Amino acid sequence: MQDNGKHGSNATYEINRRCLVIRLNEELDHHNAVQIREKADRVIDRNHVKHIVFDFSESGFMDSAGIGVIMGRYKKVMFVGGKIAVTGVNSTVDRILRLSGLYKIIQKFDTVESALNFLNTK
Amino acid sequence: MDNTNRMVLEFESKSQNESFARTVIAAFAAAMDPTIEELADIKTAVSEAVTNCIIHGYPDCIGMITMRAFISGNEITIEVEDFGTGIEDIKKAMEPLYTSRPELERSGMGFSFMEAFMDDLEVESVVGAGTLVRMKKRIGKQPFIGLTH
Repeated sequence: MQDNGKHGSNATYEINRRCLVIRLNEELDHHNAVQIREKADRVIDRNHVKHIVFDFSESGFMDSAGIGVIMGRYKKVMFVGGKIAVTGVNSTVDRILRLSGLYKIIQKFDTVESALNFLNTK
Repeated sequence: MDNTNRMVLEFESKSQNESFARTVIAAFAAAMDPTIEELADIKTAVSEAVTNCIIHGYPDCIGMITMRAFISGNEITIEVEDFGTGIEDIKKAMEPLYTSRPELERSGMGFSFMEAFMDDLEVESVVGAGTLVRMKKRIGKQPFIGLTH
């Protein structure tokens, strides 16, 4: 439906070995969460994704709906020993991730490249 | 000098209006000269309140949401109201991690964030009539400390 990025695509999806990189282009709220969740899960299932990187370089805001998205994807990959990383987070997003306790289960990197270097050895 | 201001906004309970409501409240509150962090706090709290109206207030239909804001000196009061389902047990709804809609992958942190990011939070609800969330924040106060459990 909204796969081809024609109509206001809110994220791009890219596979690097067994990692899925989700580059968010819009604020991660409930509106965008619904689509990202569906699309991400299709990509995860089809490509046997183990690890996921959420890149916030182009997204400066998230609320509790974003927590739900990250938690939900974590539950999906944890059974295959997968890990979740976030990159490019600004202070606003960082505070939400910190307050929610998500940093207990995910890791933060400055760049997508450094996250991939770490995850692809796991 | 008159340092008060007031606004009212009405919009449909469509999820694309979450970012609309955030943008409007940020523009309105900008006159108070908030820090980036204070502005993010307000936007997050409004986002949570409006999302609640959309998901819980009007689960099966599109209804109207009203957002009112009032600035008095260094304090902003924001009300977000729906005229939908209402909340049966407000105390339970406000418990951290509680969600009445687990199938929607909600984190259950909406009210916790509103409480954490604003200075004051009140919820009034009548089952079948709707829910009103009233939040206050003082700008230029002490720095944010964190969630208390």
